[in-house]
Formats: sequence, C-alpha cells, structure tokens
Amino acid sequence: MFFYVAKRLLSAVFIMWAVTTIVFFAMRTVPADPAEVVLGEYATPEALEGFRRAAGLDQPLLVQYKDFMLGLTQGDLGRSLITNQPVADQIISLFPYTLELAIASLLIGALLGIPLGVLTAVKQNTWVDYVGRLFALSGFSFPAFYLGILLLLLFSLHLEWFPIVHSFEDYTLAERIENLVLPAASLGIIQAAYITRLTRSSMLEQLESDYVRTARSKGLAERTVQYKHVLKNVMIPVITAMGLYTGTILGGAVLTETIFNRPGIGKLLVGAIAQRDYTLIQSGLMVFAFVIVIVNLIVDLSYSLFDPRVKYD
Amino acid sequence: MTDTTTSIAVSAPRASLPKVLWSLLTANVGVSIAVLFVVGMVLVAVFAPLLAPYDPIAQSIMKASQPPSAQHWLGTDEFGRDVLSRVIYGARPALLVGTLSVAFAMVVGLPIGILAGLHMGWLDRIVGWCVDIMLAFPSLLLALLIVTLLGSSLPMLIVAIGISNIPLFIRLARSSTLVVKNLEFVQLARTFGASNLRIIVSHIFPNIIGPIIVMGTLSIAGAIREEASLSFLGLGVLPPAPSWGNLIRDGIQNIFDAPHLAVLPGLVLTLAVLAFNMVGDALRDALDPRGLTRRRTGA
Repeated sequence: MFFYVAKRLLSAVFIMWAVTTIVFFAMRTVPADPAEVVLGEYATPEALEGFRRAAGLDQPLLVQYKDFMLGLTQGDLGRSLITNQPVADQIISLFPYTLELAIASLLIGALLGIPLGVLTAVKQNTWVDYVGRLFALSGFSFPAFYLGILLLLLFSLHLEWFPIVHSFEDYTLAERIENLVLPAASLGIIQAAYITRLTRSSMLEQLESDYVRTARSKGLAERTVQYKHVLKNVMIPVITAMGLYTGTILGGAVLTETIFNRPGIGKLLVGAIAQRDYTLIQSGLMVFAFVIVIVNLIVDLSYSLFDPRVKYD
Repeated sequence: MTDTTTSIAVSAPRASLPKVLWSLLTANVGVSIAVLFVVGMVLVAVFAPLLAPYDPIAQSIMKASQPPSAQHWLGTDEFGRDVLSRVIYGARPALLVGTLSVAFAMVVGLPIGILAGLHMGWLDRIVGWCVDIMLAFPSLLLALLIVTLLGSSLPMLIVAIGISNIPLFIRLARSSTLVVKNLEFVQLARTFGASNLRIIVSHIFPNIIGPIIVMGTLSIAGAIREEASLSFLGLGVLPPAPSWGNLIRDGIQNIFDAPHLAVLPGLVLTLAVLAFNMVGDALRDALDPRGLTRRRTGA
C-alpha cells in the first residue's frame, strides 16, 4: 500500500512538473513580444527595454525558468502583465467560485445520473429506459454554453426565477446559492447524461454476472440483488469516470462562467487570453492541470474504500 | 475490464461488416434519421453557395436586425446579414474542423499507439507519460492554449483540436494492439518471419479498425462541439466568416430582443453533435458481437 501510494504521488508530482515546464516554455514561444502587447506598438525602445528588465524577460530562458520554478515552490506565480497584481492572489480569490461550481455540478450530475442510470438498467426496454436514454444521449450532445443560454432564457428571462445580473459582492448564503443554481445546472445536466449512460451500461453488465445469478438462485429479493450487490460494483467505474469528468467540468467552467458572467478561474483565463496576459494564462492553465492531476490521484487512491478487493501491492 | 471490452470489439467478424451496418441503419428509425442528418449536413456544406439565399458576409445596414420574414426566413443580424445563409455556411467549418481534426489525431495517434502496444518497454512508458501529461489538460483548454500560441485560423483550429484528441487514439490503439498481438494468427505470422510493418498493416490494423471507427465518429461530434466552443469564445473561426459558435456569440448580444439569433444556430449545432453521437453509438452496437447477439435474439 505504502509503495503504491508513494509511486502514485511521485507520478503525480512528475506530471505536474512536466505540465508546468511545457506551459512555461510554450508561453515563451509566442511570437508576440509581451512588452509590445502591454505597452502598445508606439512604445519607445527604452520603455520596452525597461518593461522587459522589470519583468525579468531580458534574462536567458533557463534563468527565467529557474526563477519561475523557485517562485512556484514559494507560492509565487509572478505578476500579471496587465495589472501588475500578484497572480497567486487573483487565483486564490477566484478559485473558490470555480471550485463550488465544479462541486455543485458534479453533485447534480451524480444525484441525477446514478439513479437514472440504475432505473434505466432495471427497467431495460421499457418506456422509462427509452426516456432515460433519450435524455442521456441529448444531454451528452448539448454544448455546455448552449444549455447555459437556454436555461438563462427560460428561468431568468421568461420565468424570472433567477436574476439575470448577479451580484458577487456582499451577498448572503441564499444569494450565493441562487447565483450558483443555473451555472451548476448547465454543467451538471451534461454530467448527469454521461453518468446515466455509464451507470446504465455498467449495471447491465453486472446484472449478467455469475454472482448475480447465484444471488438470485439463493432466493434473494431482486431489490436486494440490484441495490446491495450490483450497485456496489457499479460504483467503481462510475467514480473513476467522475474523476475523469473533472476535466470536462473545468473546460465547461470556462464557457459557463463567461455565459453567466460569473467570477472564476475560467473567466479569468478567457480575459487573460483576450488581453494576452501571458503570466496569467500560464498560471490559469497550470491550476486547471494541477486540479485534474490531484483529483485523479484521489480517485485512484480511494478505490479500496469502494472495493475491498482492490489491494495496492 | 478494458482489455475484455477491446477483445470483444476487435474480434468482430470483418466480412459481415457492411451487412451489419446496413441492417442496423434500416432497422432503427432514430439511427436512420441521424445518418440522413449527417448526409444532409455534408450536402449542405458542399452546396452552400447554391442553397444559401444570400451572401453570408454581405452587410446591409438598411436590413439590420429584421425579424424572420418571407425574404429572410431566420431574419437578419445587426449588420443586416441573412442569418439562414450564415447558418448554412456554418456547416462548412463545423464539418471541416470536425473531420480533419479527427483525421489528424488518427494519423498521429494510431501509429504511436500501435507501436507502443507492440513493443511495450521504454517506448510504451514514454508514450504513457506523454498521454498522462496531455490528459492533464481538459481538451478544450489544450485547444485553447494551442490556438493562443499559434493564432486563430481554420488550419490552426484543426491542428489544435486534433492535438487535443491525439491521446484518445493513442490509448485506444495501444489497448487494442495489446489484445490482437497475442492472438494466434499474429503469433503464427511472426513465427513465419513476417516483419513488424507487415504484422501492423496486414494483421493488427485491420483487426482494430472497428473500435477506431467508433471512436472516430464520436470524436467528430466532440470536435464539432469544441470548434463551436472556441468560436463562441472568439478564438475559433473569426468574424465575419460564419460558424455556429460565433453565430451564437453574436446572437447572445441581442438575446433580449431576438433570442432566435442565438437559439437557432445552437439548435442546429446540438442536432449535428447528436447525429454524430447516434451514428457512433449505432456503429459501436454494430461492431460489438454481444450487441448483435442481443439484437438477433430480441433481448
């Protein structure tokens, strides 16, 4: 167990280092000169030179890399090229918004998708199954940003259940939840579609297993077989997939936060790309990649909790 | 579990494939409609100049922001451009980026995956690390990064979305090759001195093509969605050229007065993604012998 955890941790650290290195050097291959981007094309050569010196861009690439990695170990992600604010501060202040959006949408996905997947498998080839599969296939095909627009039109514009313009300053808990519902639903419904498909197919596969036949032949009630025996085994692929969906959710958050004008790392990244703020783009991408690596690590290590047969040798 | 699934998929009988596909397409109404939609979309994209009633980028301030009418079935946008014509022309980047980016991912990913599966050892480990690193980026963000670095243009979009799909094909080709390379006929060919290239071309590739076709079709759906997402963010197809993504982006500016400007292109986009997903699902069923058995026995 110890060696497995150590190996997985090392592997995660290696991937995070590789991601950081790739993003760092990729950002340095951009044909545009950050100094010109920030100061404009009419800036004097002296001003451009001064900017490069202040931002450390006049140093050799490997020196810049060493400084960046040293800074990273101390939580320093550099300063925004546009605002000159520490990037780490911006990310720390916005991360909770993206995190709550991701968690809420994953919750909606699981709470809607797992029961629906079980129901469609248990009621295979009935109208319940057909409706569930239609929902799954349609949800699976909806672009997150389009679903967001439709929800906004229906619930904010026509039914007026949720405000169109949200306030993210001095809000109460109720307002915070109110602000979260539609964005989380637009991502969560799509996650629910993925989870429904996966739960249904895993459940159907398990229902054909020998142990299910044995359980039935022992005279166990069908409900006990389905919910006590089968569902446990279905949870492993579902949880693995939910870990993998973190990437989809974070990718979707970029669009959802833009649609709903909601603060978060995704919106920060889109703004940084529009302004060519390379330091901010670099850090935003790294944060997303780190979250995905860490979530996958947690999912990997949590297998034994859901399936005692899994041993880490 | 993955290997079992792959072995079932890769051992599908090749000879009956066209028959299986035909029976599947004619047996299921939903799939038939999806195939017709895909064929229709291709025709619309190819014959867009003949089908579109107006030039999609011709502006006319006199006709700005008109509601749907007999002259302009879907109305006009704020620059007086005919929305229907723009939706019709929007099929072009969607299909071009969708198919070519997946083809790019296949051309790069499949040989790497097959070689990694065939040789294992250090090559497999390095490929595994590269795939893990690429998968640490959400595919949309990876494409976003590449477009930011290389600039927005149709070829760059194809490369960016293609690169973000490469790890999927490497993984699929690797796991399928691992199953096929241990089958008796491949071992026998090796005993008779067949070269690696011959084993790959004559034995491995034809036997893993089934799951690749399925993954390819489903990936086209994903790539169309990704192109639209990037265009929606202003990083894909750049205005005034029409794309379903940038049509939704333009439409959302006017969402209070003319919601159809965002809703209709989005609907066409969703239907296109749905159609490719349905065809991909149907192909998976057709190429999975267990699925076939279930259908034949009416289970």
